[in-house]
Amino acid sequence: MAEAVTTAETTEEVHTHHGEPDFWSKYIFSTDHKMIAMQYMFTGMIMALIGGYMAYVFRMQLAYPGESVPGFGTVTPLAYNSLITNHGAIMIFWVAMPILIAALGNFLIPLMIGCDDMAFPRVNRLSYQIFLLSVVVLLASFFVPGGGFGGAWTAYPPLSAQSQYNLTPFGAPLWLLAVALEFVAFLLGGINFITTTMNARAKGMKMYDIPIVVWMIVIASILFMASVGPLIAGAVMLLFDQVLGTTFYNPDAGGDPVLWQHLFWFFGHPEVYVVLLPAMGVVAEVITVFARKKLFAYKTILYTTFATGILSFFVWAHHQFIAGIDPRMAHVFTVTTVLISIPIAEMLFCYIATLYGGSIRLTTAMLFALAFLAEFLIGGVTGIYLGSSGTDIYFHDTYFVLAHFHYTFFPIAIIGFFTAIYYWFPKMFGRMMNETLGKIHFWGTIICFNGVFLPLFVLGIGGQHRRIYNFKNFPDLATPDMHNLRIFATWSAVVMLLFQIPFLINFVMSLFRGKKAGMNPWKANTLEWTAPSPPPHGNFKEMPVVYRGPYEYSVPGREEDYWPQNVPN
Amino acid sequence: MIESLIDNVSTYGGHIDGLFTLITIIVGFWFILAEAVLFYFIIRYRRKEGVKAQYVSGEKKKEHNWIAYPHYLIILCDIVIIVGAVMVWYKVKQDLPPADETIRVTGRQWSWVFTHPGPDGVLDTPDDIETVDRLHVKVDTLYHFQLESKDVVHSFSIPVFRLKQDAIPGRVITGWFEPTKTGEYDVQCAEICGIGHGIMAARISIETAETHHAWIEEQGGILDNERIARAEEIDQGKPEDNNNG
Amino acid sequence: MSFQAPIATSRSATGIPTGRLAVWWVVVSEIVIFGGLIACYIMFRLRHPEWGEYASHTSTPAGALNTFVLLTSSLAIVLAHQAAEARDLTKAFRYIWCTIGGGGVFLLVKSYEWTTEISHGYTLFANNFWSFYYTATGLHGLHVIAGMVIMGIISIGVRKGEHLPRVEYIGIYWHFVDIVWLFLFPLFYIAK
Repeated sequence: MAEAVTTAETTEEVHTHHGEPDFWSKYIFSTDHKMIAMQYMFTGMIMALIGGYMAYVFRMQLAYPGESVPGFGTVTPLAYNSLITNHGAIMIFWVAMPILIAALGNFLIPLMIGCDDMAFPRVNRLSYQIFLLSVVVLLASFFVPGGGFGGAWTAYPPLSAQSQYNLTPFGAPLWLLAVALEFVAFLLGGINFITTTMNARAKGMKMYDIPIVVWMIVIASILFMASVGPLIAGAVMLLFDQVLGTTFYNPDAGGDPVLWQHLFWFFGHPEVYVVLLPAMGVVAEVITVFARKKLFAYKTILYTTFATGILSFFVWAHHQFIAGIDPRMAHVFTVTTVLISIPIAEMLFCYIATLYGGSIRLTTAMLFALAFLAEFLIGGVTGIYLGSSGTDIYFHDTYFVLAHFHYTFFPIAIIGFFTAIYYWFPKMFGRMMNETLGKIHFWGTIICFNGVFLPLFVLGIGGQHRRIYNFKNFPDLATPDMHNLRIFATWSAVVMLLFQIPFLINFVMSLFRGKKAGMNPWKANTLEWTAPSPPPHGNFKEMPVVYRGPYEYSVPGREEDYWPQNVPN
Repeated sequence: MIESLIDNVSTYGGHIDGLFTLITIIVGFWFILAEAVLFYFIIRYRRKEGVKAQYVSGEKKKEHNWIAYPHYLIILCDIVIIVGAVMVWYKVKQDLPPADETIRVTGRQWSWVFTHPGPDGVLDTPDDIETVDRLHVKVDTLYHFQLESKDVVHSFSIPVFRLKQDAIPGRVITGWFEPTKTGEYDVQCAEICGIGHGIMAARISIETAETHHAWIEEQGGILDNERIARAEEIDQGKPEDNNNG
Repeated sequence: MSFQAPIATSRSATGIPTGRLAVWWVVVSEIVIFGGLIACYIMFRLRHPEWGEYASHTSTPAGALNTFVLLTSSLAIVLAHQAAEARDLTKAFRYIWCTIGGGGVFLLVKSYEWTTEISHGYTLFANNFWSFYYTATGLHGLHVIAGMVIMGIISIGVRKGEHLPRVEYIGIYWHFVDIVWLFLFPLFYIAK
């Protein structure tokens, strides 16, 4: 193998493709990383619309309980549970993961490290196909007899394990199968991301010349790989319980229902960082470009990322403080959980410090990136209340938790995605997006987002607990004051969903009518901007060679305020 | 701070509310500081023609101190929060003060079954009073509850007590509370337990000793002299005599 | 359509061939899967001393034989790797098939064990010990089958002298399958 490597190094040349490939091999069975990225992205966007529609339906039910929801009908308790369960699962597993890790990872990694494709393009294609299969299985699970699974995305047994409890004999196993398939897809994809970044970097690109977003995606893939295994084993056991009737989680026959909670949260907490890190990476790229600043303390950011990743494996039981674990264990997990605020806070400080002394241009992408920082801070600080065991006794499973993690996941999945799309759209499709529509979209989304979730913090502090389809049974919660907040949140959500229309118009219009972008419209340093927009098959006309780090903006003594990685001097 | 939104009627509710306030002050400070700096930078360093951005790598010690010092301060704040959290948790969940009376709480799809010990004050005797979706307790009495579940995971939650504990099938989990005010409040199930999760609501009546005794009598329990005597002793603060099984 | 390997596949910034790197990452992710399952089993086992009695119904001699067979097949794949390095194609091909044969014997013994146990009433549903037993050994068995299939495909390439490094990669995987068995054997057969 050693000699094979050296020959490859010396004979590296770019293959130009011969003739136009047919529709199927270009769009459906392509092994090209950019096409697979687009497949992941569009699948993720469609799933986001489905997840958003679900949110609309159950928010309407909460504001106007029992009334028929326009576009859905009457929401039965069974439908309500199924809606919230699948809203959660879809937004995390089928929106955040495919868009932030798979779409961005596939699109950016080969371009940013300066090579022509992933190391294993066919494994990459297989990964998407398995992912698509998981989407099909998930969507099918809504329409089987008994309806879709409704035991919350955490799927605690015995509720999820026995159909006499969850009343969805087909929906529950299909849902679980879909999740398991999705995990397999991302394991395959993750192996590709890690090996490609380790091995396929352009000549001259050292460890610390890799753009932060690539680092983040790779670290996220490693976190995913290291945390999901036990849950895959657990999912197999749960599936056996559901369809074969084994008793792994059945307390009546010696099983242990809490075991699943441990397996789930051992994965579930690192999973938060799996989706957070790529979004943080995107924000790093965007703020450096639009502030024309070098990223503040690149290495510190990297080390804090490692620290966060490692710590995230030791915090899982803070989801289970009141779940009947040994009360002494709570102290340990309080300490680890509160400690994780240190690296994350340091990372955010570095980001804010990057803006110091900059020359900030508020493009739509930059606005979204800054909004990410501002909003994610709220999600971050409210996490302290939940990580400290004493207050979690009260807040566990209230709307406070719900508002908290929406203040983390919304910036991650939605704002992070918009940051990325407004920034890399010119590279993806070769055209610019409309800034005016972009800004309308930005303000509408951000203001309404706060309108949805700030009231929910108040409701949560007031004792409103989660996953209730109608609060009329709880006199303390059915007061008019609280109900008005619910209505306010619902209408904010509806308006926010409507504000996505300018985005969709902008997206489609720009795809065909947008201004031609050229190679490097933002005057950025990283390698993807040295490829044509959109990059052809094989990406670069000539494989780039790297001379410096990715964030050399406004270097003193240079005419230009940027210094691309591939320019010798 | 929480109390403006929801009453606090348990002895330890105040501790949880206090911890909430403590955390709010600490993280509120950091939150406002971070947002203020963020917005200041955005406004102060907007692009101006002819002004080039500065080149700051953040790797130099002097620059890095801007991150390092806040970072040490955060560690300090974290320690304060951890100490507060551990103390409150210890008081509410780990420490189990001796009980005046013990009740059994059983979750099932989709109602709460409360077993009151009845006139003799002992569970699992013929005079136990079993109620569905209504819990009767005496004010200023320290209760132990034995939490069980018949089917799936439920969570026994009384927001006005700031109390919450999951009920795990196959296990008996013991906890405690001591009401401080009379009144009637919600009892929730806080863990999704199937399609009836939204109707799994109960009420708790916190009654004075007299009302409570009257209720027990109404349920057909006859208060014998010995029992009344013991109840009076308890009311006078001699809990060592009580029998909590 | 013809597939042309991209430049990315042949680059090696770390100096480690990309294929070997990938196999190691596959092994890492498999370790956590089996690790999770085995950890669950151990936790149950510690809580239920009566499982020792159930474990006495597994056949230790059959398990020991299988351990021997798997270890021998691992040796064969090492020899195949050596032969492939030396470009001795026939020898490599033969050793690969020795390994596949080892896997086959393993599965035969396994199926004998399973049928005996099932005929004694120790099915998947008998109790949680047996559920774990069938889940763990079944998952392991699937990995053995997968390894055999991949080796069969690789052997075709070896004969033509193509993709010789793959012999090493499947060897890494096969050693992993072997090591998993070395955990399962004491946990389910020896510990009584």
